[in-house]
Amino acid sequence: MPLLVRNGRVLDPAGKTDALLDVLIEGDRILRVGADLRVNSAEVFDASGLIVAPGFVDLHCHLREPGQELSETIETGTRAAARGGFTAVCCMPNTQPVNDNASVTRSIIERAAASASVRVWPVGAASIGSKGGALAEISAMKAAGAVAVSDDGKPIATARLMRQVMEYCDSLGLPVIDHCEELSLSAGGVMREGPQSVRLGLEGIPAQSESVCVARDVETALLTGARLHIAHLSTLRSLEYVRWAKQRGLRVTCEVTPHHFTLTDQDVGYDTNYKMNPPLASRDDRHALIQGLADASVDAIATDHAPHHPASKDVEFDRAPFGITGFETALSLGLSELVHTGKIPLMRLVELFTAGPARVLGIERKIAAGQPADLTVFSTTHEWTFRAAQSASKSRNTPFDGRSFRGAPMATIVRGRIVFRR
Amino acid sequence: MLERLPHLLGIESLSREQIEFFLDQAKPFQEFQLYPLKKLATLRGKTVALAFFEPSTRTRISFTTAASRLGADTMALQAEASSLKKGESLMDTVRTLEAMKPDAIVMRHSSSGAPHFVAERLEIPVLNAGDGTHEHPTQALLDALTIRDRAGRLESLNVTILGDILHSRVARSNIHLLGKFGARITLCGPSMWVPREVEGLAPQVRRTFSVDRALEGADVVMTLRVQTERIHEPALAPDEYIAGYQLTPERLRRAKPDALVMHPGPMIRGLEIDPAVADGPQSCVLEQVTNGLAVRMALLYHLVGGPPADAPHPAKD
Repeated sequence: MPLLVRNGRVLDPAGKTDALLDVLIEGDRILRVGADLRVNSAEVFDASGLIVAPGFVDLHCHLREPGQELSETIETGTRAAARGGFTAVCCMPNTQPVNDNASVTRSIIERAAASASVRVWPVGAASIGSKGGALAEISAMKAAGAVAVSDDGKPIATARLMRQVMEYCDSLGLPVIDHCEELSLSAGGVMREGPQSVRLGLEGIPAQSESVCVARDVETALLTGARLHIAHLSTLRSLEYVRWAKQRGLRVTCEVTPHHFTLTDQDVGYDTNYKMNPPLASRDDRHALIQGLADASVDAIATDHAPHHPASKDVEFDRAPFGITGFETALSLGLSELVHTGKIPLMRLVELFTAGPARVLGIERKIAAGQPADLTVFSTTHEWTFRAAQSASKSRNTPFDGRSFRGAPMATIVRGRIVFRR
Repeated sequence: MLERLPHLLGIESLSREQIEFFLDQAKPFQEFQLYPLKKLATLRGKTVALAFFEPSTRTRISFTTAASRLGADTMALQAEASSLKKGESLMDTVRTLEAMKPDAIVMRHSSSGAPHFVAERLEIPVLNAGDGTHEHPTQALLDALTIRDRAGRLESLNVTILGDILHSRVARSNIHLLGKFGARITLCGPSMWVPREVEGLAPQVRRTFSVDRALEGADVVMTLRVQTERIHEPALAPDEYIAGYQLTPERLRRAKPDALVMHPGPMIRGLEIDPAVADGPQSCVLEQVTNGLAVRMALLYHLVGGPPADAPHPAKD
């Protein structure tokens, strides 16, 4: 039976639509979009008072399968993604084994077909084992379904390797995503270097450990002319390099996480739910990121959803792994921190979750006849409190447990099916 | 009278009144160290667990002796022999200790914040005996007691701390403590060990890389132990440190004539301090050790025994 999403405020940045419309879905495609559509028999979803957006895309997450199923699986991770309004998620290759060949890529896609609530788009490793040596089997992974390439968890090891990966991936039409970190500067560090790290006696990571690597990558983009995407960008200086690259006409893009536009290093104590990489940055950095989200220097909001099972996080701060979960709080943080505060318009927030990340991947995301029936329906006013204990994720490592929000995902539609409904 | 603290985790969160209370409480315990029979019954039947996850000699012996002189029993976990080496988590280790029903845990750990982590999860008081590069509160209290005795006051002193400030928990606790008493604190050492951010630890903190300027007019000079081996940083040659920062008799002349010289130990003679200074009349190094006992007895008494508001002091019974 067709599905009619009725009377929602359709916000579609790609089509520049902002109107009260009905969306009729048949099978896995959008059949028609229009005002007061007349349909003989259809399941009706009443979206009155809600926003209907193209399906959200998360460029950066860790689903932990294969290999670390104690922390997350494709099934649990994508259920959490659906609850966060995401219809497609890009999972990073730092699984066990590393997704550096087509058989791992295929197995992820098969597992997703069997168990995932949302679309799973694997990111393949750039180098074998992400070890920074020989190139991984990139074209085979692309044929198997990989949408981008990265050694995430680590930076692509050297400028020379970066050059090769960029040139090769450009010929294949794949973006290269880099986790930018100069490891010799960040070694031993567990939080951003600054007054707070000195006060807490925690080893600091200087902001430049990120921007030194961003500078290297931007220079390499200048050398190769290839596509480059900077993952989880967190500092003012990094953003300045990206702005410079964009002004030069380079094909350079970047993403920012909800926790980096919400929190700063001043929020860090000894709670390991505040430990992630890149670490929470300074107030000036946060301010710059919000500026970048507003002025289009930043292309996407990505969660960097990084589940770790409680036993691994419930340890001394310097021994805990980096990373926090992020799917279920991303949209609400965007609404609370960016839209309700007047820093960016609602349409821009939707773009950062839809058309923005889609452009990074070289695809489209819009609400129009013939398009895939992926929709995110959300409220800007619904009041709720996030409880980590009730999360769909297997892990609980979030600094946002108990946080109250105004605005929430209300329904997630993937391939014409409602996979989550609040 | 002071409301009993649940734990002693650091100096930063203590008030000036709380600090003065502990120093006053330590006073009778100082005299007590001179008694021929050094045993009280105050904490008889109580047990103090000593969980030293990092090698320590003096602090561990000081706490063990303090507990024993109060009449408490101790149970000690040796880092070397501990199950941590076998992969047990910190929480499982301390829960195992807790299951043996001690009345407090004295804890040293190489991770900053480890005692805070444990304190949040246990019912019994936790005493921080040094956490990573964060705080070493009992050291700062015993230093304060020593200074107050020798200089006659704690207020508005010129204090100079020499060495690796960035990685020193002793420096942090002392900066917090003396800062609360209006000290003008000068931090001095090789520049990479004295980052700009240390000036934010207390109100009147400045840094300088010239040892001569740092010592000018000082009432108190603290030297820190120099670790020439660093894990994540290039090391500094010992000769380079000696040439620039060793506390020598000539350099000490720039301080006030009766300036106190302090060192938290263990001291490496000939590296951070010239033996003539270490053994000279201005040195308080051994008093610091004795005062450590008094301060730790006062803290254990407060946290484990708990002084009723108007009870006579145990050392005065």
